[in-house]
Amino acid sequence: MSSVEDVITSIQGLSSSSRDLSALHDLLKGANESLRANSDLQLSTLDQLDPSKHSLGYLYLLDVLTCGPVPTENASDVVLLIARFINACDAVQIRLASEKFVSLCKRFKDKVLELGDPLRGVAPLLKAVHKVQVSTKRLTSLHPDCLQLCLLAKCYKAGFSVLSDDILEVDQPRDFYLYCYYGGMICIGLKRFQKALELLYNVVTAPMHIVNAIALEAYKKYILVTLIHSGQFSISLPKCASTAAKSNFKTLCTPYIDVGMSYNDGKISELEAVVVANSSDFEKDKNLGLVKQAVSSLYKRNILRLTQKYLTLSLQDIANMVQLANAKDAEMHVLQMIQDGQIHALINQKDGMVRFLEDPEQYKTSEMIEIMDSVIQRTIGLSKNLLAMDESLSCDPLYLGKVGRERQRFDFGDDFDTVPQKFSM
Amino acid sequence: MERDDEETSGPMMEMCTTNGGGEETSSNRRPIITGEPLDIEAYASMYRGRTKITRLLFIANHCGGGNMQLEALRMAYDEIKKGENTQLFREVVSKINGRLGDKYGMDSAWCETVDRRAELKKGKLDSELASYRTNLIKESIRMGYNDFGDFYYACGLLNDAFKNYVRTRDYCTTAKHIIHMCMNAILVSIEMGQFSHVSSYVNKVDQNPETLDPIVAAKLRCASGLAHLELKKYKLAARKFLDVNPELGSSYNEVIAPQDVATYGGLCALASFDRSELKAKVIDNINFRNFLELVPEVRELINDFYSSRYASCLEYLGSLRANLLLDIHLHDHIDTLYDQIRKKALIQYTLPFVSVDLSRMADAFKTSVSGLEKELEALITDDQIQARIDSHNKILYARHADQRNATFQKVLQMGNEFDRDVRSMMLRANLLKHEYHARKP
Repeated sequence: MSSVEDVITSIQGLSSSSRDLSALHDLLKGANESLRANSDLQLSTLDQLDPSKHSLGYLYLLDVLTCGPVPTENASDVVLLIARFINACDAVQIRLASEKFVSLCKRFKDKVLELGDPLRGVAPLLKAVHKVQVSTKRLTSLHPDCLQLCLLAKCYKAGFSVLSDDILEVDQPRDFYLYCYYGGMICIGLKRFQKALELLYNVVTAPMHIVNAIALEAYKKYILVTLIHSGQFSISLPKCASTAAKSNFKTLCTPYIDVGMSYNDGKISELEAVVVANSSDFEKDKNLGLVKQAVSSLYKRNILRLTQKYLTLSLQDIANMVQLANAKDAEMHVLQMIQDGQIHALINQKDGMVRFLEDPEQYKTSEMIEIMDSVIQRTIGLSKNLLAMDESLSCDPLYLGKVGRERQRFDFGDDFDTVPQKFSM
Repeated sequence: MERDDEETSGPMMEMCTTNGGGEETSSNRRPIITGEPLDIEAYASMYRGRTKITRLLFIANHCGGGNMQLEALRMAYDEIKKGENTQLFREVVSKINGRLGDKYGMDSAWCETVDRRAELKKGKLDSELASYRTNLIKESIRMGYNDFGDFYYACGLLNDAFKNYVRTRDYCTTAKHIIHMCMNAILVSIEMGQFSHVSSYVNKVDQNPETLDPIVAAKLRCASGLAHLELKKYKLAARKFLDVNPELGSSYNEVIAPQDVATYGGLCALASFDRSELKAKVIDNINFRNFLELVPEVRELINDFYSSRYASCLEYLGSLRANLLLDIHLHDHIDTLYDQIRKKALIQYTLPFVSVDLSRMADAFKTSVSGLEKELEALITDDQIQARIDSHNKILYARHADQRNATFQKVLQMGNEFDRDVRSMMLRANLLKHEYHARKP
């Protein structure tokens, strides 16, 4: 049973080279239990260690200190301590004990929430995510927590910076669902509906065997965001959605489906009636704001349709066709859409006429060429990724084992030898 | 028949002279389907057999009362009395309801005699058939079933008639027998309204390697045309009707009259063919011209449509509408056909122009400018007209999509979609892989 001082000296001694670090790691793992029981360990003992040089040791000690319940007067200190640690720690050392680090950060998040001040936790957690990440393409368990804090603190921009990495590899489905769901909500808050749609789409179509509550909530938001963004609602889920989702989602989200169907018909009054009828459901899901946005987007969609058919139209006619109250409202809506870049038009106030123009984009400028170039590069990169993934999969022993086993059932004869005999179990 | 001549000779003077003084000749040379109120006697004389009765009853049910209804019921009564269908007789009598006087009341004596006669005949046919079957002479068995079929048809028991006709199939030895059976089956199926059977039996005859008598071939085309019409396949129906040999004449009177071939074929062609097909198959079709002579209004309206005289074309259509609604096969397709013809007219009108003045177009189509705007809006939404409406000046401008810009836009969009889809797929594959790992054997 080593005492606290012994542990501290060994930490201070063995924190320099990587060989020493692995020895230290083993030592710490062994000492973990005894440290927990040891009541000498206090927050003040941590002052003897430097978080940036002795990160691994610091981490273990912090973990021991915070694993039990912490009295509220200390809570704020603990939070501060952990925040400083996260800021200062060394990423390499941390990654040796990443699960401990992650659980520490989760506890940190809980404490911050208890204190009722999520804003304090945003910056540290962002840093934590970057330090724990092995590569920017891999999702960690910290991502959803970080996003959750950003949502609660309403720091959407910070959250969005986390989302801008492309995630391609995922370990835990649950982390992924939460990540996409929170990410979708952040994008909705920033009004970036395209990205929100992508994230929510990923949850909705993720493979699952039983209906997942996160996916269900995501589907409800997905319906509303599709209405706002593309103005169309299709009642069938995308083809790649799992069968569990396809059979169950519709029955569990009937108010949203109703909204979608009446949106497709295009009549404002009916849509509003449906919304009012189901408003208690929407409030329960905290989606009422989103639903209201969807309703106002119906006007936009109807006006957009008018641009396809008319060259000029009077404001009064627009108001009549889109069921707005009067020409002034119509003018406001059209003005808003012109500013947002959704339509190209000229308003002639003297005659009360709107003249719709064609999209002036000629695709001849150098900026456009740059955009196209970047899209091409991106596509090439993605294709490479896909090929690499395919190759790695075909070498994966688990996969080959499963294919080999299934092959037993279908005897194709000797000429169909894609899987070597060794893997047929 | 003098009375009828005076009725139709007024406005139809020009038509009659082109027919070459055909007033005295048989009535199927006179224009019957016209814009004038239907001349029921002349109409009924185009048909014979059961279809005459059903058509008259249909007219009586749908013409909205008055003299026309009584006239139709009276003729139906007379016709039924010539046959052996007591059930139809009872129906007609209840419809007449004594309005035509005593001569057209319930004649129970007649009913009883006919029923008794039917019983006797049935017994006789039964015993004959039984003896044929014991003798196992194929030909006589076939004749026996055939006679049964005819008997049931005359009595109005169509299902039994159909069953018996179909039973003769097993005893048919030559191609002629098969054709005979199929024709009977087709006739009964048309009367029953089961047009799927009609199509299958027409196909059965077509599979026959022997070349057909042209009149029989024409009859079959009419039958399959009717079947397509019922299934709302107007293009196929039009093609069939247009191929009917003019030698058909009145030989298929128990189903369809040559005027009907012309009307159905003309209207379906107008609603579904494009311009080149219309010219090749209808206007330049010498055979079909013989049929069109019988319904000069249809001929005129097709020509008007082709030469873009839309106002008069739509006028003819409007005037024919009332009479066509009394036609037993066409009545529930009139609205769709008219709608399609009108849409085609609108599209064809705007096609050659860069800009069109909406008020002049509204005059041509006899509608108001706002109504026209709504119709055009619907067509633009359906992408049938590429144009945009200048609502301020009431002009329609043709709009040709800029191919180059559209291509660029599509390419960029596709790139983005590919990006999203591939990333989603990789994520899903990852999740599935995780499942493999989680469920290690």
